Amino acid sequence: MKFETPATTNPIDALKIVGKPFGRIDGPLKTTGKAPYAYERHDVVSNPAYGYVVGSAIAKGRIARIDLAAAKAAPGVRAIVTADNAGQLGKGERNTAKLLGGPEIEHYHQAIALVVADTFEQARAAAELLRVDYTKAEGAFDLAAVKGTGEPRPLFGGPADTALGDFSSAFAAAPVQLDATYTTPDQAHAMMEPHASIAAWDGDKLTLWTSNQMIAWGVTDIAKTLGIAKENVRLVSPFVGGGFGGKLFVRSDALLAALGARAVGRPVKVALQRPLMFNNTTHRPATIQRIRIGANRDGKITAIGHEEWSGNLPGGRPEGAVSQTRLLYAGANRMTATRLAALDLAEGNAMRAPGEASGMMALEIAIDEMAEKLGIDPIEFRILNDTQNDPERPARPFSQRQLTECFRTGAERFGWSKRDPRPGRVRDGRWMIGIGAAAAFRSNLLVKSAARVRLDRAGIVTVETDMTDIGTGSYTIIAQTAAEMMGVPLEKVVVRLGDSSFPVSSGSGGQFGGNNSTAGVYAACVKLREAIAQKLGFNSAEAEFADGEVRAGNRRVPLAQAAADGGLTAEDGIEYGDLDKKYQQSTFGAHFVEVGVDSATAEIRVRRMLAVCAAGRILNPKTARSQIIGAMTMGVGAALMEELVVDKRAGFFVNHDLAAYEVPVHADIPHQDMIFLDETDPVSSPMKAKGVAELGICGVAAAVANAIYNATGVRVREYPITLDKLLEQMPDVG
Amino acid sequence: MTSPSDFELSRRKLLAGTAASVALTAAPSIVNAQAPTIAEQNAAAGSATLKVSFTVNGAARDLTLDTRTTLLDALREHLHLTGTKKGCDHGQCGACTVIIGGRRINSCLTLAVMHEGDSITTIEGLGTPEKMHPMQAAFVKHDGYQCGYCTPGQICSAVAVLDEIKAGIPSHVSADLNTPVQLTSAELRERMSGNICRCGAYSNIAEAISEVAGRPA
Repeated sequence: MKFETPATTNPIDALKIVGKPFGRIDGPLKTTGKAPYAYERHDVVSNPAYGYVVGSAIAKGRIARIDLAAAKAAPGVRAIVTADNAGQLGKGERNTAKLLGGPEIEHYHQAIALVVADTFEQARAAAELLRVDYTKAEGAFDLAAVKGTGEPRPLFGGPADTALGDFSSAFAAAPVQLDATYTTPDQAHAMMEPHASIAAWDGDKLTLWTSNQMIAWGVTDIAKTLGIAKENVRLVSPFVGGGFGGKLFVRSDALLAALGARAVGRPVKVALQRPLMFNNTTHRPATIQRIRIGANRDGKITAIGHEEWSGNLPGGRPEGAVSQTRLLYAGANRMTATRLAALDLAEGNAMRAPGEASGMMALEIAIDEMAEKLGIDPIEFRILNDTQNDPERPARPFSQRQLTECFRTGAERFGWSKRDPRPGRVRDGRWMIGIGAAAAFRSNLLVKSAARVRLDRAGIVTVETDMTDIGTGSYTIIAQTAAEMMGVPLEKVVVRLGDSSFPVSSGSGGQFGGNNSTAGVYAACVKLREAIAQKLGFNSAEAEFADGEVRAGNRRVPLAQAAADGGLTAEDGIEYGDLDKKYQQSTFGAHFVEVGVDSATAEIRVRRMLAVCAAGRILNPKTARSQIIGAMTMGVGAALMEELVVDKRAGFFVNHDLAAYEVPVHADIPHQDMIFLDETDPVSSPMKAKGVAELGICGVAAAVANAIYNATGVRVREYPITLDKLLEQMPDVG
Repeated sequence: MTSPSDFELSRRKLLAGTAASVALTAAPSIVNAQAPTIAEQNAAAGSATLKVSFTVNGAARDLTLDTRTTLLDALREHLHLTGTKKGCDHGQCGACTVIIGGRRINSCLTLAVMHEGDSITTIEGLGTPEKMHPMQAAFVKHDGYQCGYCTPGQICSAVAVLDEIKAGIPSHVSADLNTPVQLTSAELRERMSGNICRCGAYSNIAEAISEVAGRPA
């Protein structure tokens, strides 16, 4: 189905099942430990061998020699895979560094060997016996030191730099100016399930039970890396224990499991050891961002400029922190610039809202600072510079844009009017109290997506698509979509996901999974409805599918009857025309945060949080709300604790486990409120939905930062905002 | 060092000093050690096995295990009880939480052979999809999970937390050790903080636990 004109009324609009807060259909499996994740497939693989990954102990250079003798002689060891014996390997289109290093080493903890043994304990013990001699080379590990060497790099298909009007002159002439530099650190996805795979070969056919967000990408890249036909690779990933972008791409667990299984002629299972993950896999790259804003005294922005510097391995991409500044606020004179320098740390890549999450951390502090310079309430300042058109291309409207409504609704709910704009004025015992706000912004992406739908003689509708559920609720919203379309209750729908033998979906990433995968299921259901109508002798345009029946006029036939002499199957997908060119499709929100800062120690506690979001039709308010509050939680981490600390001499992330890389825990997060504004976006898809999963993280950290400023009067522009950065400037508390 | 003023460390100096010592201990040692490690010595000696008998979810289990096998791997790899998750294998995330003799424990931090005669409850022992434990049902109702990987550990912890509070066991945030422990929001969040949920379902998890405990979140 080609979606080329805005949606009109369709069966989804009945909203009997779509739009309702159903509990997850996979919930009982997940809460009882019965949902099978990648490493746990005892049901399909017996007697596997165990692989243990060895990572490089240098960041850059060469392996001079590996001595495998002691490890090979250790009890239970069946094979040791290295670049020496793995045969010719290619590299996935979406991998920057090789997944199996050697002799060349591109980054610290790049995998250099897999030790395969009969048991996990044997493999782990033998891995300790590898003797590796390295020849180290000099590398670049300090973004600030090399930022000057950065070069323009395109940004998610867009240009590296943009300009409109005359930024320099307008900024110079502006009566009120801000010129500030912000930094965001490297961050880790730190999903709870490590990257894990079981590989089994049947002749030249490989099956990988793995944990991956993008099944079709994974098939392509595994085939390319192994140099085998795509048709000979099957990926299965029905449950994914978190990804956040870290499982968009095939990683070393999958490749090494495949190589190990080939070497020992037996299935092999591999999970990346947690302390290896942070330097072995991808991370959100650090940024340095300079923001300049010029405004008239009435608060109208006349000039806005945003420059970004980030680093990556050669061939990698920039973080993209200027993306939202091209679209968020009005202003006739504008510029953005993206510079990418070469760094020899592990590969930087997408993490939840790549670009915008980092960009909003900086931009929304800058807006708060500018509002203070102007003496205007920061929410009013944002509303004053709201726009209904793409600021760089004013002829192009937003499909929907309720940024102002988000702020107004949130301000009322949160009690913003009680905020004292003068910092450091509110106390609660030893706590200095502040509240802050920030905009949330993330664009909506259209990606083609297909599905197969089958009706059987029991009236069960089965949906198959290679879409993944990474905690987002895909199983449930896909079931809701099919139930609504076919006029059956939710219990009559079976959803099967994450298998490359199913039609290719959008996959899970860039907050595009929900809208696109359900739109693909919609398309397949339209086709199945036509087949059913034809089979039962209805005019498909008139047939109504409801309550397990097909109806038209006085005639009603049980749906299952259409499959009485065998099942009916339909396959189709959604493809898009140029509605995303004609309209800027984005999602919006407003974050509100109250913090307490200990007047003696500068300990920061988040006390209240609220997000108000407008993101098209909300397909399931319960799971969508969870996406937002989860993203708010990750945003608190970004604000207050998350930082991969770079050892700039040896070239690696020092805090590479879950004790040292701190993420929010229960005690860090208060009760969270969130509101979705009523919205449908007929330009986005027949579902009229948009993404929500990444909107929720964009702006949160800045709202926390702005609240800390309001509490203390200390402005920190280097994330994360830890108490040591406040202490020097904390007001005297007597 | 005798003048009292020497001891008036400012909070800034104290913090700076702490940071410096952390940096020292974190200095990398990526040079190849050539002396035999403990692992090498153990491997050379061959791995030892032992028999162990314990009860898992009410069923008696007898295993002969490599003594290095953690309780977590015994459950997952030998008994195929994969509801208990391996998130870090280092006691840093809580995904492997099980209940032994009424107390929760990180099953990755304990060797299986140390549990002779113990009674172990895993997520599978609390309930099934058809007959969920009230805590499991509350997690579904309040959407106290997303990807589901930390969920069994969260639920085992939550069940044990309520028992700990009933038993009057204090925590770091208990204000008064002479009065019965109350299940406040702070107590609940403190006690659950060993179970990381990267999806960030904490607010919903707190509501689920509170409902089972019969108090508002």
